[in-house]
Amino acid sequence: MAWFRRSKENISTDSQKKDTPEGMWVKCESCGEIIHKKTLEQNLWTCSKCNFHFRIGSKEYFSFLLDEGSFKEYDKKMYSKDPLNFVDTKKYRDRVRETIKKTGLYDAVRYGSAEINKIGIVIAGMDFAFIGGSMGLVVGEKVSRAIDRALTAKKPLIVICSSGGARMMEAAYSLMQMAKTSAKLTRLSDAGIPYIAVLTDPTTGGVTASFAMLGDVILAEPGALIGFAGPRVIKQTIGKDLPPGFQRSEFLLEKGFVDAVIHRKDMKDTLTKLLGMMYSN
Amino acid sequence: MAKVVLDFEKPIVELEQKIEEMRKLSDNLDIADEIATLEKKVSQLRENIFSNLTRWQKVQLARHPDRPYTLDYISMIMTDFVELHGDRAFSDDKAIVAGFARLDGQPVMVIGHQKGRDTKSNLYRNFGMPQPEGYRKALRLMKLAAKLSRPIITMIDTSGAYPGIEAEERGQGEAIARNLFEMSHLPVPIIVAIIGEGASGGALGIGVGDRVLMMENTWYSVISPESCSSILWRSWDYKEQAAEALHLTARDLMEQKIIDRVIPEPPGGAHRNPQQAAAILKDTLIEELKLLQKIKPDKLVEKRIEKFAAMGEFHP
Repeated sequence: MAWFRRSKENISTDSQKKDTPEGMWVKCESCGEIIHKKTLEQNLWTCSKCNFHFRIGSKEYFSFLLDEGSFKEYDKKMYSKDPLNFVDTKKYRDRVRETIKKTGLYDAVRYGSAEINKIGIVIAGMDFAFIGGSMGLVVGEKVSRAIDRALTAKKPLIVICSSGGARMMEAAYSLMQMAKTSAKLTRLSDAGIPYIAVLTDPTTGGVTASFAMLGDVILAEPGALIGFAGPRVIKQTIGKDLPPGFQRSEFLLEKGFVDAVIHRKDMKDTLTKLLGMMYSN
Repeated sequence: MAKVVLDFEKPIVELEQKIEEMRKLSDNLDIADEIATLEKKVSQLRENIFSNLTRWQKVQLARHPDRPYTLDYISMIMTDFVELHGDRAFSDDKAIVAGFARLDGQPVMVIGHQKGRDTKSNLYRNFGMPQPEGYRKALRLMKLAAKLSRPIITMIDTSGAYPGIEAEERGQGEAIARNLFEMSHLPVPIIVAIIGEGASGGALGIGVGDRVLMMENTWYSVISPESCSSILWRSWDYKEQAAEALHLTARDLMEQKIIDRVIPEPPGGAHRNPQQAAAILKDTLIEELKLLQKIKPDKLVEKRIEKFAAMGEFHP
């Protein structure tokens, strides 16, 4: 009998290896670089080594995009009333309640008036952390109200998109939010007020097939997944692997569906220039 | 006689066959009374079964391969149909058909999803799943209709926009978004009729209108029960539950105030009597169109935008 035989059972070896150090350090999903949280924040949540753009919420986005203290939020506490009493493996109502508790958000979008380098705008920013940034009644209604507000205040509209698609648990109601937001955008267009869509990772499904693709100008962050059908569904349908870079920002730029791919660090500058040239109130 | 019989249709069809056989014998025998009794029985049975259908059974009816499709309805309810092809940019999508036709003598632009009936025609029609150029063809022709002040009638019957590499390359999302935007403010009456399956953005892409009508045995939602099951239950086995949870029948959508009217179907569903189904659809379309044509174009657009804006409005 070998002297080095393991005497205790259930000692796990490398199967539970931590891939993210706890606490102040974060690992880049793309290149594996270990980055200090402070550095990451200073870098606007992008990797200084490979430029990978981390997924961030509306709070983080607004923090570097908007002039300090200029954001005034509207309808902050609007939340889903679960119109269909939807139940899958769990009650939708509970899912919403838990997500509100967990994220401190009330649904997947926040909107308000703000300034970018002193230019007055109306802005909506989506939160992927809230049920995958899915669009249901609240997202549809808040984006619509953002459009209304841009229209009455005669201010340009910016929407930061980040969404996995429609909110299934609100079924046909969620589908109609696509028509609702698109219909409202015709009014903004008729009034000659610019609308800029900023697409971040990921922007798919019903959001892509409505307000995300209706920007007068559409900007995308590098490497963001942007599409109508999700890659998994496409792969299942066609039974083939997808080409590298498929449905990423650079692919859409190449195919002519976004105006420009802009690094997060340059977003504020680019928007300022564009707003200045596109609109004078 | 129906070629495909769904499980819950079987008792009805069996009884009907029995009556049919008795009829053949009735030349020699006097069994008219018995036939009459059986006929009464079959209509009672049909009413019983059809008034208690589950939502999943409604989905099955909406997909029934003998149901009339867009081109069937066009040939039964319209005249002078001239099909117009192509998006003038890339190609002609066979999953969406469109063209001028006359409804009750009046010229209209008719557009609809088109499924196939067998393997060959289904491949040709891509199973009624449009590519971006299908939506762009529809938009080109809707704009033409607007230019010429002709009303638009769309027929929805799709299991979804096609999820493929080329479809994404050519901007499936953009094509649908553009249609939602443009259809919202075209200054002519638009009537939308859901005649079979109304799946997600692929359906809505030609589904923004002044009046949205659903035939009795159709479904309309953001996702199919099967896909919903696979995502939320992580298994394909919960489609019945998913169908219930989604509240996707004509009656459900009427309650949700998402559609304006349910169009009744003949006893046993449209596939059992396509002519009658078409006649009811025709009368409904004519009636609805008359009402819409009394409204001035700018008012029409205003009301259409308000109609969709009110869907799921919040009053917190």
